[in-house]
Amino acid sequence: MTDAAPFLTATDAGLTGCTSCGRVWPAGTARCGRCGAHLHPVGTASLQPVWAWWAAGLIFYIPANLFPMLLTATLTGHQQNTILGGAVELAQHGSWGVAGIIFLASILIPISKFIAIAYLAIAVGTERRAGGHRHLLLYEVVEFIGRWSMIDVFVVAVLSALVQLGFVASIHPGPAAAAFALSVAFTMLSAQSFDPRLIWRGPTENE
Amino acid sequence: MSVPLPPIDELIACPRCDTLHQCRVLAETERAACARCGTLLITPRTRSFLHVVALSFTAMILMVAAVFFPFLGISSHGLSHESSVFEAAMAFSDGWLAPLSLAVLLAIVLLPVARFIALIYTLWPLANGRPALRHAAFAFRFAEELQPWSMAEIFVIGTGVALVKVAGLAEISFGPAFWAFCALIVVTVLKTAFMSKWTIWEAIGR
Ligand SMILES: [Zn+2]
Ligand SMILES: [Zn+2]
Repeated sequence: MTDAAPFLTATDAGLTGCTSCGRVWPAGTARCGRCGAHLHPVGTASLQPVWAWWAAGLIFYIPANLFPMLLTATLTGHQQNTILGGAVELAQHGSWGVAGIIFLASILIPISKFIAIAYLAIAVGTERRAGGHRHLLLYEVVEFIGRWSMIDVFVVAVLSALVQLGFVASIHPGPAAAAFALSVAFTMLSAQSFDPRLIWRGPTENE
Repeated sequence: MSVPLPPIDELIACPRCDTLHQCRVLAETERAACARCGTLLITPRTRSFLHVVALSFTAMILMVAAVFFPFLGISSHGLSHESSVFEAAMAFSDGWLAPLSLAVLLAIVLLPVARFIALIYTLWPLANGRPALRHAAFAFRFAEELQPWSMAEIFVIGTGVALVKVAGLAEISFGPAFWAFCALIVVTVLKTAFMSKWTIWEAIGR
């Protein structure tokens, strides 16, 4: 017997909550009768897609950094910029603020996200954690901030569409733009697949 | 352990920690947060459904303007070039990057518009005191689930960064579409703030 839990969860009450609209249904119901969303019982089965999308995102993050993001042709010659190269060049020109945004959105946030999702998935997988509040906060930060990494893709889109001045200057997107967009999309899917309700499950009784 | 549960349709399960709560209709400015994890379960209903419908209509008109008017212009050494939002999305359309063009177009134009239409479809009858339309539940869930993928506001920040990058290289001019897009962001933020998800689900699911 466990000591009386202060909070009764839907799972403990033999129910499954809809994560889309909040209604509860008897355990085993497949679809929410109100909003039509698939009902998922709380369980570590949801961690498989988390890891699959996580790995896909990480794989695409490598070419995203190795290949050029921007191909620039100006009067003085051709130039190729990777993500990091672009940020460094901006900083050298004195645009510290914008260099900071790019560095944050394209390098710091993606890498922190990979670490954070892996940490959360491992922590709930082994069920040896305390402090649900801290983990939920981490999850919510990852979920909120993930899509903002897409900024660099839009920068490349606007630059390539706008800077078309023939021989004076023209900018074209490089292959890294596609790899980076895929990497961000896959990590967003990874974070979305993670079920935050796992964070709050207590350690299993026979452990 | 054996506390009798209230009827199942009066319960709400926290989507973040699974804790059960009994819900009741709140006063307009009241909010309900999960007792265990603090997630907002019921956001206050500051404005009526009609406000959300009106803002969605406004946002759609702004989006049409943002797509069809000139967005940005550039000039340097006597050469000049103008670009629309559509052209920005089509920047990747050469060769094998083409699917990325579609993805960008989806993220900044098509998904936001689809969400506005879904919200109007869901809330227009409710705002007029009529029962929800047949596919309202699907439409509203569609609008909610696609929210992370609709990235108009990120596009605006990306445009700002791009402008700083070319600021030294050439002269920039702003077209009406640029301001329409900025206004669109403000309208979208207001619309989200006025919406109470739980209230809408209660109204649909009667
Ligand atoms: Zn539901
Ligand atoms: Zn909760």
